[in-house]
Amino acid sequence: MKFFERLLGHRYKPSSGKVAKERLRLVLAHDRTDISPALLETLKDEIITVISRHVAIDAQGVQVTFSQSAHESRLVADIPLLTRRRRRKR
Amino acid sequence: MSAKVITITSGKGGVGKTTVVANLGVALAMRGQRVVVIDADVGLRNLDVMLGLENRIVYDLVDVIEGRCRLRQALVRDKRLAELFLLPAAQTRDKSAVRPDDMIRICGSLREQHDFILIDSPAGIEMGFRYAIAPADEIIIVTNPEVSAVRDADRVIGLIEAEEKGPVRLIINRIKPDMVRRGEMLDIADVVELLAIDLIGIVPEDKAILISANRGQPLALSSDSSLAGRAFHNIARRLRGEDVPFLTLHEPGIFERLLAFRLRFVRPVGD
Repeated sequence: MKFFERLLGHRYKPSSGKVAKERLRLVLAHDRTDISPALLETLKDEIITVISRHVAIDAQGVQVTFSQSAHESRLVADIPLLTRRRRRKR
Repeated sequence: MSAKVITITSGKGGVGKTTVVANLGVALAMRGQRVVVIDADVGLRNLDVMLGLENRIVYDLVDVIEGRCRLRQALVRDKRLAELFLLPAAQTRDKSAVRPDDMIRICGSLREQHDFILIDSPAGIEMGFRYAIAPADEIIIVTNPEVSAVRDADRVIGLIEAEEKGPVRLIINRIKPDMVRRGEMLDIADVVELLAIDLIGIVPEDKAILISANRGQPLALSSDSSLAGRAFHNIARRLRGEDVPFLTLHEPGIFERLLAFRLRFVRPVGD
């Protein structure tokens, strides 16, 4: 059992080099745009308020994130709508 | 003939800017280029000791700016190489003694009689960095494959782009090939991808660098150079527009092969 755990654990633990790269990717995205994680939260809350005024949305599922390539950063808001079907499912 | 002014900067301190400037100055001068290296780190000068010229300083950058001597009098000639000169920083003053215009004026009067002017920028993004990049035709960013150094490099690249300075190229210094191989260090492809600028050199970590700094004899001086010494000579050749392949720091894996393939399409800048 322990053997398998160690095997799996080792296999799925990313190398520190890869961790460094992923952390940097995120840090650079924030640095480049001057948008802090706290500001992202504020944006998310306000987006939810504004949109809920007009459309039924799934507030729990809203995500505001960065998407970043070499030369551009963009803010991505993913806002799941509460459609009739989803409502029925609940 | 007019010199090309290249500022070497980094954001973070201690990544090897001064070592890079000393060795590139030497490597270019060994190729018959007329070179001036300027220490712009007023108050914390070190380029003089890296070059082993600390005992020959009479006047400095601030003396020139404040008119206590002529520019020619402040230049320290390196006796080992016919055409390498150092313009030392003042040690007992601070960065407020220099303005961007002063650097532009000084480089302007050096341009005619030299081929390369290399400026060793202070770390940071304050006034010292500002005046160091003011006269630059080209900027080299030095970084290490570490989170903090790469982050600071990115910040500096952003500031340089905002001032519409450039082109900007990258040296990755202090690579430890065995750590990269084990996946315990950012590799060259990672850093280039994150910073999204052209690479001009890779330099491996090398004990010989510390030893050469101990003696005040830059590594690039000896012809039977170590790997790091060869790396500096390669960068010097690229600065002159030559197309030189990057060093292989270890057995190339798939990543390096892909990178080598990509780098072939990077255009040499200038000349």
